[in-house]
Amino acid sequence: MAERHFKVWRGDAGGGQFEEYEVEVEDGMVVLDALHRIQAHQANDLAIRWNCKAGKCGSCSMEINGKPKLACMNRLSDYPEDFTIVVQPIKAFPLIKDLVTDVAWNYEQNKRIEPFTPRPRGADGEHRMMQDDIERVQEFRKCIECFLCQDVCHVLRDQDRKDAFAGPRFMIRAASLDMHPLDTADRIPALKEELGVGMCNITKCCTEVCPEHIKITDNGIIPLKERVVSRYYDPLMILLRKLKGLFGGT
Amino acid sequence: MADIGIGGHQPGFGSTVRTDSWKRGPVLTFLGLSAFIVYATWAAFQGAHYYVGPYLSPFYSPVLFVEPSALGAAPVEHAWLGAWPAWWPAFLPHSPSFFILIFPGAFRLTCYYYRKAYYRSFATTPPGCAVGPRAQKKYHGETRLLLFQNLHRYALYFAIIFVFILYYDAFLAFSYHGVPGLGVGTLVLLVNATLLACYTFGCHSFRHLVGGRLDCFSCNAACGVQHGIWKKATFLNERHMPFAWLSLCWVGFTDLYIRLISMGLLTDLNTWEGF
Ligand code: SF4
Ligand code: SF4
Ligand code: FES
Ligand code: FES
Repeated sequence: MAERHFKVWRGDAGGGQFEEYEVEVEDGMVVLDALHRIQAHQANDLAIRWNCKAGKCGSCSMEINGKPKLACMNRLSDYPEDFTIVVQPIKAFPLIKDLVTDVAWNYEQNKRIEPFTPRPRGADGEHRMMQDDIERVQEFRKCIECFLCQDVCHVLRDQDRKDAFAGPRFMIRAASLDMHPLDTADRIPALKEELGVGMCNITKCCTEVCPEHIKITDNGIIPLKERVVSRYYDPLMILLRKLKGLFGGT
Repeated sequence: MADIGIGGHQPGFGSTVRTDSWKRGPVLTFLGLSAFIVYATWAAFQGAHYYVGPYLSPFYSPVLFVEPSALGAAPVEHAWLGAWPAWWPAFLPHSPSFFILIFPGAFRLTCYYYRKAYYRSFATTPPGCAVGPRAQKKYHGETRLLLFQNLHRYALYFAIIFVFILYYDAFLAFSYHGVPGLGVGTLVLLVNATLLACYTFGCHSFRHLVGGRLDCFSCNAACGVQHGIWKKATFLNERHMPFAWLSLCWVGFTDLYIRLISMGLLTDLNTWEGF
């Protein structure tokens, strides 16, 4: 068994420090395994949030060597043997204790998005849609709500603009509804105003960290920005809509 | 560690716990874009050596006015509007490039990919992921001062016209003084138009306009056609960054290639045995 060196943040909202640990590790271990070993043998009170250990519950989000990651999907073998592994809680949300943060703000954002509003069912009482139509939003449905994208987004993380931007996770949530073939609600005004799609400067860090490899910026945020442009900024589109309205088109 | 933040996160520009080489990307982008801007500006100010044999530099196409006395200038018949206008301010060089560079320039400036690139490498908002951005009083993203980015699709409309113009230039380069033929320059122009087409038709605004704006692709036949085009635009869109760089480098190289031949510093291999 080899030993590896860890530096783990210990503390709460009042303050804290990095504590150093030497951990016996085996082949195939992930960062979460090492943290559990620290918890079992050296620091019983170390707070970690985790659940599935399979990259599917989105609970074990933290920052490992400065990068937002899922601890259960990050292998120790990804780092050179003599490398110190630094583990921190995510930065964008208030710290509760050690590696656990309070992500409740995210659930509040979700409530601000108008829920799925399907058109009436067909004559046979069924909702029908084709695979081609639903494919686009299926990508967004892979989200495990780990909030790593929210953590890395500089608008929330560093610019302190939670008042103006709901964050990438909720952009793709809105996109998954707005692009849905059965949905009839209009979320474009909310996206422009309260949800703040204009605050995103498409620097793509959310896409870089997403463990589900959702192309958040290219397939979610930019298409939403384009929809907002058509509605509010494109003079030709605005004129065309006005003319259609004038001549009784839809 | 002095003055450590909660969670071990230090505030401030450039602060990060990352140990990988995150600076490489923004530094290379900064150098690459700067080099291109410097070369393109220099080339645009020359007003000469942009035309040789059947080849016209893409920095100068289409030629609206020609100053016939300039070295390596296009023939006056080639200009859409004739000889150089008298109203042109004397202190500015007589360069046909000044009339057209604004269009590809605006297209690249407002391109979603280049926005990402220069927001990171020039504006440092942020310079890297999980790296502290440059301090600002209050961040407004692409609202307020940057609202003009929302008109990218208008730059796209011009860019599409330019793709056809550049293909036309490449087509003209298959004949010299009425003699059909082919030269390395012809291929350089053809590759240039093709890379530019791949970049232009992978544009996010294009992808939106041709089909992305729909929620239902199968609702009627017209939507089906749009879905087909959208899928092709998506294929190019997924490769938008490499095409952005390839087309940028190649357009600069095309100008340089034609310039060097026009200046007599390079010989073009072709079927016409010299110009
Ligand atoms: S692309 Fe937009 S949403 Fe994603 S991290 Fe960057 S600013 Fe935030
Ligand atoms: S979009 Fe990706 S990074 Fe963001 S919460 Fe969902 S799974 Fe996590
Ligand atoms: S423990 Fe569920 S994602 Fe890591
Ligand atoms: S998004 Fe890059 S050219 Fe339009």
